[in-house]
Amino acid sequence: MGIANIVFLVILIAAGGAFTYQVSKIRRNILLGRDVDRSNRKGERWAMMTRVALGQSKMVTRPLAGIMHILIYVGFVIINIEVLEIVIDGVFGTHRIFAFLGGFYDFLIGSFEILAFLVLFACVVFLIRRNAGTIKRFKARELTSWPKNDANIILVVEILLMFAFLSMNATDYLLQERGADHYIVAGAYPVSSLLAPLFDGMSTEGLIMYERGAWWFHIIGILLFLNYLPISKHFHIILAFPNVFYASLTPEGKFTNMDKVTDEVKLMMDPTADPYATPPPADPDAVPEKFGAKDVQDLHWKNLMDAYSCTECGRCTSSCPANMTGKLLSPRKIMMDTRDRLEEVGRNIDKHGKDYDDGKSLLGDYIQEEELWACTTCNACVDACPVNINPLEIIVDLRRYLVMEESKSPTELNGMFTNVENNGAPWAFPQADRLKWAEEL
Amino acid sequence: MSEAIKVPTMAEMLAANEVPEVLFWVGCAGSFDDRAKKITKAIVKILHKAEVKFAVLGTEEGCTGDPAKRAGNEFLYQMQAMMNIQVLDGYEVKKIVTGCPHCFNTMKNEYPDLGGNYEVVHHTQFIQSLINDGRLKIEGGGAFKGRKITFHDPCYLGRGNGEYEAPRQLLEKLDAELVEMKRCKSKGLCCGAGGAQMFKEAEPGNKEVNIERTEEALEIKPSVIATGCPFCNTMMTDGVKHFEKEDQTEVFDVAELIAQAADL
Repeated sequence: MGIANIVFLVILIAAGGAFTYQVSKIRRNILLGRDVDRSNRKGERWAMMTRVALGQSKMVTRPLAGIMHILIYVGFVIINIEVLEIVIDGVFGTHRIFAFLGGFYDFLIGSFEILAFLVLFACVVFLIRRNAGTIKRFKARELTSWPKNDANIILVVEILLMFAFLSMNATDYLLQERGADHYIVAGAYPVSSLLAPLFDGMSTEGLIMYERGAWWFHIIGILLFLNYLPISKHFHIILAFPNVFYASLTPEGKFTNMDKVTDEVKLMMDPTADPYATPPPADPDAVPEKFGAKDVQDLHWKNLMDAYSCTECGRCTSSCPANMTGKLLSPRKIMMDTRDRLEEVGRNIDKHGKDYDDGKSLLGDYIQEEELWACTTCNACVDACPVNINPLEIIVDLRRYLVMEESKSPTELNGMFTNVENNGAPWAFPQADRLKWAEEL
Repeated sequence: MSEAIKVPTMAEMLAANEVPEVLFWVGCAGSFDDRAKKITKAIVKILHKAEVKFAVLGTEEGCTGDPAKRAGNEFLYQMQAMMNIQVLDGYEVKKIVTGCPHCFNTMKNEYPDLGGNYEVVHHTQFIQSLINDGRLKIEGGGAFKGRKITFHDPCYLGRGNGEYEAPRQLLEKLDAELVEMKRCKSKGLCCGAGGAQMFKEAEPGNKEVNIERTEEALEIKPSVIATGCPFCNTMMTDGVKHFEKEDQTEVFDVAELIAQAADL
């Protein structure tokens, strides 16, 4: 084992360790949420994950972006087989360890090259689409500064990695032709052989230097990119799968039942209940329960996983009736705010311990009431999300807090509540008149 | 109309020792809103024509709690829901037909968590089943034959509960030309009334949602915009008025179209 292999091994272990550490932080943050049971109906869940996450079924509803995304996705998954070879070569100092596969190896390398080219092509198209400024969902107010840069960084890095891979193969191809030491003749190079003329003027030493340089750039790039994922929206490439798996299986129109409200309402409606009875002794350690959500910890863990799974594509926002008519609400921003706030809460825990209160909250400091009251609960955002994120649950939970804890609902809605309470209808018509229409038949 | 239709209440049925086949849940809009009352009457005429033994709760019916729940007032919602469940269970109701997708969604999906278990169907689903079972016959499509009709999917019928076909199959019975809007079925655009928006001013923006939706509907120059929800009906009717297109485009509930086609 040479010094290069030891260096490689150290980098590999460090990158793996750092990634594991970052993921454990995200896992801890997600588990700050309330519990919700999503372990039932496993068969349906596997089927949904296969269809929506693996099969990208919701991506293709917008064909151009959908097909381009599938190119990158398939390329990413399959080119990872090549990364396996690179890792083995790096650790043991071998070169193209899978070359013994012969014709199959040619097929593999050939298809990696074609995929790498397609990925590169799709990334260039995405970069242009995103920055040319003709698509509304890429120009929203929540998509400036870091989110905008994040998207561009991801695309540029992928372009660089694919170019490193292809130019590495191009120089390898030339070295094989020149019969250079160590460079065994193996693989097929349908794309990089076209790049070869660019390097043909170089000396064999120069080629070897470039080939090695590109090899190191490619693998270190991948390892750095791996560690970029947890701080980026690009983490969706990992969380998309569990996120779809744990998505709700109930009809979209069904909102969750609040069981703690049920207990109280039952008590209120029970004619035998004694209104003056002493309540059962409270658990002194129990945290007083809130109705609805004010901050990220009041949401359930799947809402928080949703936030980390969001890649900010904006399909939710572009299908939101409130957003398209100029209202403040953007379902994507709801998800981004939830993640930003959760990250902040996580950093607070790291710095000041578990019980630290920074006096801020998701509602108010991140999401404004006006955003929440613009929602028509139409479920278009839920339907549009390619990885089954549900922004509507968060919106409704924040509304519940506003209404039930702070009595802060718009005046007209208070009027509606009063009407429902007093005469069983949202309007001020007497209940006795409910059957008046039948007289007109 | 030759004879007046008698609408029996559950209380009257019980007193006569009779059990209806279905309970027709009218809903608040269907009970009080002048435009929606016409939809209610159309549904009743269809039920009557198909000889469905039905009853209503009348003054014992109360808001399902849908607008309260969507607005975040879970207390009020559950109070309403539990009172309704007490009444429904008291009459041993098994099957409910609703005239509104909001009532339909709430009772079908959310009442079971509070102990209210009923077979709940939307009126378009029920009318469709009446036709399928040969209990209701539509011949020739009547006045709507060959006219251009587009269907606006109510969110809580379509996306909310995956029912896109029943209303469309009914419209096909009219021998009309069914034309889809650009955004339809699971991609259908909301009318702007859901989530308790019906009962408040819209938040500041640059357009009303119903204007956006009506604009889209009017692009295909339909002679009828059909829907299956009294709130969608209000929003689309207002939209058509906004564009001053009342002369060319009418807004009807699917039930009204079927009732007219059947000469009811």
